[in-house]
Amino acid sequence: MVRRMLTGNAAAAWGARLAQVEYVPAFPITPQTEIIESLATWFADGTLSGKFVTMDSEHSMVTAAGAAAATGVRTFTATSSQGLVYAMEALYTVSGWRVPFVLVNVSRGLSSPITLGPDHNDVLAARDAGFIQIHVETCQEVLDSVLMAFRIAEDVRVSLPTLVNLDGFFLSFTREPVEIPDAKLVQEFLPAFHPQHPVFSGSQSLAQGVAVLDGATYSYFRYQMHRALENALEVHEEVAEAFSRLFGRRYRALEEYGMADAEIVLVMAGSFATKGKAAVNRWREQGRKVGLLRLRMLRPQPAADIARSLIGRKAVGVIDQNISPGLGGILYQEVSGALASAGERVPVMRSFIGGLGGKDISQGEFDWVLEALDGAKPSDGPVPCQLLFTDAEYEQVRMALSIAGKSQGGTAS
Amino acid sequence: MKVPREFYKGPKDIPHEEELSPGAPLCAGCGGLMTLRLMHKVLGENVVIVNAAGCMTLMATYPYSPIRSSWLYTTMGSVAAGAQGIRDALDIRRAKGKLSEQDEMKVLVLAGDGSTYDMGLSATSAAIHRRLDFWYLCYDNEAYGNTGFQMSSASPFASRTTTSPIGQQEPEGTFQEKKDMFELWRAQKPPYMATVSSHEVVDLAEKVKRSMAIKGPKLFLALAVCPTGWGFDPRMGDELAHLAVKTGIWPLKEAVDGVVRHTLIPSRFLPVEEYLRPQLRFRHLFEPAPHTEAMQAIQQKVDRYWEQVRKDEPAASPALNRGTSGT
Repeated sequence: MVRRMLTGNAAAAWGARLAQVEYVPAFPITPQTEIIESLATWFADGTLSGKFVTMDSEHSMVTAAGAAAATGVRTFTATSSQGLVYAMEALYTVSGWRVPFVLVNVSRGLSSPITLGPDHNDVLAARDAGFIQIHVETCQEVLDSVLMAFRIAEDVRVSLPTLVNLDGFFLSFTREPVEIPDAKLVQEFLPAFHPQHPVFSGSQSLAQGVAVLDGATYSYFRYQMHRALENALEVHEEVAEAFSRLFGRRYRALEEYGMADAEIVLVMAGSFATKGKAAVNRWREQGRKVGLLRLRMLRPQPAADIARSLIGRKAVGVIDQNISPGLGGILYQEVSGALASAGERVPVMRSFIGGLGGKDISQGEFDWVLEALDGAKPSDGPVPCQLLFTDAEYEQVRMALSIAGKSQGGTAS
Repeated sequence: MKVPREFYKGPKDIPHEEELSPGAPLCAGCGGLMTLRLMHKVLGENVVIVNAAGCMTLMATYPYSPIRSSWLYTTMGSVAAGAQGIRDALDIRRAKGKLSEQDEMKVLVLAGDGSTYDMGLSATSAAIHRRLDFWYLCYDNEAYGNTGFQMSSASPFASRTTTSPIGQQEPEGTFQEKKDMFELWRAQKPPYMATVSSHEVVDLAEKVKRSMAIKGPKLFLALAVCPTGWGFDPRMGDELAHLAVKTGIWPLKEAVDGVVRHTLIPSRFLPVEEYLRPQLRFRHLFEPAPHTEAMQAIQQKVDRYWEQVRKDEPAASPALNRGTSGT
């Protein structure tokens, strides 16, 4: 084991390296590129054996990844944002093949307007694609989650591709101390890939992706995929336990932070949860009973755990780093759904949109959220989602609008 | 003129083993299916067919498949990338001693013209660029056949499709010229490429056999006669495939490392009318009043093509000199 300062991208590449991936189809996109550059170097210098191949698009890249996994080699790939949505058709296609591989997504806001900063609209657009989704908070968690993702994906009860999501810039380009596990221990945790399902081979005829023209058979296969994804919750627990025994770090589908006696809870995902935790620390020092629930595993959704964690709290605020225009925050809907299916209610549920395109969520904004939750009553009636946006930011945008000649009759309010 | 036969003197020499069983749920008289059947006979077993969205996608319909080899349906736009993933994975397994000789497979892309000429071109061009070792069979029926015959960039000038109907604005239907896929491939200098016809079975089999000694991207561009889309009696399928060759509309050729030679040149060219007239998609060129100008344009394009062949391939000249064009 060594400890090094690694960017999130480097940590993702190290995860793939330690997993001894055999095949990497790749396509560059900011802010993901460093991952594939690192892997290209390691295949070139013999650190990794197998093949690194550059594709013409992410759509091709994901197709090649799925096809290689269907032919029995351990496969890794990575993308971001436009690349992930460009690959969308292929995501659905390869998950239907029920093949295990790992895809790292480095979150970045979607065009248009085109941007580089992170938010989660890209990865959440893929939430129904049949991939397991793990959202990480730190560079260490990036590396660890890639290793865990292979073991979950390859488990015969699951046999599905797994997506590990890290935020662009805040993780991709930020160096943090990362423990690089000992390669021998990793081999113990994650032995070489021995496919449990039939793979393409001359000696056995295999048809994959076969057309199904009746609804009953189609329903059967789609529901089977749902059940396999559900299995990933249990498998994740086993894998996390095994990982913890070997490496000492224990991951859960949900991370509870300061939750023991919390009356008010923030729900967040990704690296901005670190900002949320800092706010919780600050509030705790002030004697406020606030906690944070970080959604680490988004698919499968640990619905029962979400409900268990939130029921009995006075107020829950979900800070979504995404926006579904016309609906609001996506995770707010997911959390509300988990509570509804548990048959219980939290008196106050509020939806906040923050951090779009990498916009900061400042201390002031966190404080505003806390007061909004603290002062909220069940009798307030329906409250729409609220955008976190400071006066200074509004002034900055107003300046830009003015330069663009749009200061008159603008729609900002 | 026929190039000398290397492997098969006549149709009876082509392997008798069938890799496709009867009962495929495709249209009667499908030229694409016939081409696949012939090509697969020569390729033999241990083939994985990588399929793009199109008519052939319905061949494997759960729980049935008429093919003895393996099958992977991908998407319409990334079929060559699917082939890349399989080929690479097989190579990786072999290099690591995890693939025995009998587990080795030939990777065959099976795609229609919609995928080949339109949506899948980027992925295919990239696969050629990477020198992927695979076969690519395009069954070109000159439109999006599976969805009911809409125009593709393979639809020929003056053909009617459901999205290039005959109207005041475009009295010829499709006003664009068919994209030259052979030349698009050839610009990337793949080691082997050929056009084939389901009628010229020995020519087809010879080409497949020749390609088997060659590593890298190998294109087989097949004119796939399509009774349903083109509008003719399925019994006429083979005759129409023959007419496409005899009128010079579908030249049979191959290119090794980009160098072209024609493999079968009719001793006498029939007028293009003979090929066009039996097809409903060209009926507007004859009825109610003949579109002489459009017909001449088609004939001239064919004539110009063969004039160029005469210049480029002097060896083929005697045959070409004997030819007369109809109009």
